[in-house]
Amino acid sequence: MQGSGSVLRPASWGDAVLLRSQHPEASPICGGTDLMVDVNFGRARPGALLDLTAVAGIDSWELMDGGRTVRIGAGVCFARVIDELAGQCPALAQAARTVGSPQIRNRGTVAGNLATASPAGDSHPVLLACWGRVEAESVRGLRLIDIDDFFVGPKRSALEPDELIRAVRVPAATGPQQFAKVGPRNAMVIATTSFALNLDVAGRRAGTGIGSAGPTPLRARGAEQMLEEALADRWDGPRGVGESVAQEFGALVAEAASPIDDVRGSAAYRRHALAVLGRRCLSWALADLEAAGAA
Amino acid sequence: MRVNVTVNGVAHRVDHVWALESLLDFLRERVGLRGTKNACEQGECGSCSVYVDGVLVCSCLVAAGQVEGCSVVTVEGLGSGGEVHPVQQAFLDAGAVQCGFCTPGVIVSAHCLLARNPDPDELTVREELSGNLCRCTGYQKILHAVSLAAARAGDATMTGGCER
Repeated sequence: MQGSGSVLRPASWGDAVLLRSQHPEASPICGGTDLMVDVNFGRARPGALLDLTAVAGIDSWELMDGGRTVRIGAGVCFARVIDELAGQCPALAQAARTVGSPQIRNRGTVAGNLATASPAGDSHPVLLACWGRVEAESVRGLRLIDIDDFFVGPKRSALEPDELIRAVRVPAATGPQQFAKVGPRNAMVIATTSFALNLDVAGRRAGTGIGSAGPTPLRARGAEQMLEEALADRWDGPRGVGESVAQEFGALVAEAASPIDDVRGSAAYRRHALAVLGRRCLSWALADLEAAGAA
Repeated sequence: MRVNVTVNGVAHRVDHVWALESLLDFLRERVGLRGTKNACEQGECGSCSVYVDGVLVCSCLVAAGQVEGCSVVTVEGLGSGGEVHPVQQAFLDAGAVQCGFCTPGVIVSAHCLLARNPDPDELTVREELSGNLCRCTGYQKILHAVSLAAARAGDATMTGGCER
């Protein structure tokens, strides 16, 4: 057991990127809440670990583009997303509250969620709904990956083998956002299915994201288009956009899903649940929009 | 691989640590502190809860090499001067222990909760302990123990910190 590799602990981001290219056998680790499960169960045997927890500055977030974008460092744990980013990123904070348990939220990160790229990752539907972008960096340089291009298959992402996720860029909310998740209990639950909605009032756009109902997290484009048409000139006061729109929206969300039967739920149940989650999230968001308009 | 870490205030330098070894195994097998329990090894049960630099974590999901230079506090480190911690005393007095396997993890989580929120309502206690499973279904007495500890802490200062 001894002597098989080591834990590389770069203190700077530059060193981390260099080590990533020099040690392809090393698995990046930060919170460890996904990787260590695979290690403990013998499903992963990386030759070494590339520990990012000692990298200076990786656990901070900042506003950019004059406050229009939140740049969340790869080491920012879910507990801090809840405590510090509920104002700028309300749906991401909502999703973060549903991650695992306090212990898991103290370690797990949005960047780690992305790196694992599970279809059930709790932050993914929100990042889709908010048109997030992923900062991927290697010795070859930094690139921004649109979230729509990031997920390429079950637990497979567009990250190259020599790349690390440095940060995630999430446009700050300009209107109501909602996230909802279905599972057998309130805590320690991997989503049976989940849904996020973002009403970008400033951009007159509706963003959606579906979790755990397809080989990757999915966008419900049809639902987005229908909602944008329904809101048209009523973004600042959605009176008259009512229950029938919410019903249709939910149906289009369910239609966009591509679920399978598995241990967490059947395809039919997931589709049904998504229609309900879509309808509910839109009803809540419209109520928020009306309240904001009345204020 | 060598790991330098402070555990319960005592500096340890441990050689021949496996790169993929969990902090849980490190604490139990290298440091000899077996209060931290190994149950699920996937972060589901909370039996292995410890503090790393004041933050509550599942030690099964932390690699030992990641705590280089850190300060770890385990259930054994909560009390002082040979006395159990008031949270531990409350668990004893409330009879909040059945088989006892989940108890160390529950106590570390309860300690963390009360250090941050000295007077939590029941919903908060349930939420904050949601990462700790008790398979003897003893949650009611656990909730009683936390209330008892909170009531007593009105008079006494909690020792040790929880940063999150």
